[in-house]
Amino acid sequence: MSHPSSPGHADDTLHVHQGSLRGYLTGFVLAAILTIIPFWLVMGHVFDNRWLTITLVLLLAVVQIFVHIIYFLHLDTHSEGGWNMMAFIFTIVLVVIVLGASIWVMYNENANMMPMSPQYQRSGE
Amino acid sequence: MNSTAVDTAGSAPSAFLCHEEPTAHNGTLLGFWIYLMSDCFIFASLFACYAVLGTNDAGGPSAAQILDLPGLAVNTALLLLSSVTFGFAMLEMARQHKRAMLAWLAVAGLLAVGFVGLELHEFHDMIEAGAGPDRSAFLSSFFTLVGTHGLHVSVGILWLIVLMVQLGKFGLTEANIRRLQCLSMFWHFLDLVWVGVFSFVYLAGVLR
Repeated sequence: MSHPSSPGHADDTLHVHQGSLRGYLTGFVLAAILTIIPFWLVMGHVFDNRWLTITLVLLLAVVQIFVHIIYFLHLDTHSEGGWNMMAFIFTIVLVVIVLGASIWVMYNENANMMPMSPQYQRSGE
Repeated sequence: MNSTAVDTAGSAPSAFLCHEEPTAHNGTLLGFWIYLMSDCFIFASLFACYAVLGTNDAGGPSAAQILDLPGLAVNTALLLLSSVTFGFAMLEMARQHKRAMLAWLAVAGLLAVGFVGLELHEFHDMIEAGAGPDRSAFLSSFFTLVGTHGLHVSVGILWLIVLMVQLGKFGLTEANIRRLQCLSMFWHFLDLVWVGVFSFVYLAGVLR
C-alpha cells in the first residue's frame, strides 16, 4: 500500500467482490439468450414491421447491458462505498443526453432543411 | 500524528488535518472505473455519429448490402466466451490457483485474438469491395466506431500478454492482483460496448 500509516487498510484490495462460478454462468446463459433473440428477429425476418424489430433489438440490448453490469462487472450499491454506482448513474444520464439530444437535434435539422436537389443548386447560379 | 504532517511545534492539531486517508478504499479500482465511464463518452459520441450518419450512403453500399450478419454472430460469440473465460480466470485467482488462472487467461486472450482477426478480415473484404471508410458518411462512422472498439480489444490483448508475463514471473502479488482486477473490468466493459455495437450498428443498421 502507498500509505503505510493506515494499517487497517492493508488487506482491502482482497475484499473486492470477485463473483462466483454460478454468477458467471448465469450471466453467460442470460447474455447468450439475449443475443440469440435479436439475431433471430433480424435474420429470420420475424416481423414485417421493421421499426417494431428495431425497438425490440434495442430494448434487448439495454437488458443485456444490465446483465453484463450485474453478473460480469459486479456493480452494486456497496462496491467502493457506493461511488462506483454514483459514477455509473452520472454516466448514464450524460450518455442519454448526448445520444438522445444528438439524434433529436440532427433529425429535426435534417427534416427542416431546404431541399438540396441538383436543380435547386444550379438555379442559384 | 503521522510524521508526514507538517510539524507545527506547540500549536494544537488543526481541525483541517486528515488523520485518515480521505480516499476511498481500493482507490485504484474506483479510478479505473471512472476511466471506463469516461470511455463510455467516447463510444457514446461515436454511436451518436453513427445514428446521425448511418443512412447517408452517398449512393454507395448501404448497411443492409455490406454488413455480414453470420460473421457478426461468430464474432459476438467469441467475445462473449472470452468475457466468461476471463471471469473463470478471476475465480481461479481468488483460489490462488496460478496455473489454472494463466490457462483461462490464455483461452480468453486467444478468443479475443480470434475476434480481432475476424474483424480485420471483415474490414479487408469491405475495403476490397469498394466500401472503405472513404466511400460515404455511413462507412466513415461505421469504421470509426467499430475500429475504435477493435483497437480497445487489441490494446486489451497487449495488456493481457504483458500481465501474463508479470504473473508468471512474480506470481499473485498484491500489485498483480490489482492489475488483473483492472484488466478484468476493461475486458468485461468491452464486451458490454460490443452489445451496443452489434445491436445498434449491425442489427438495427441493416433494417433502417
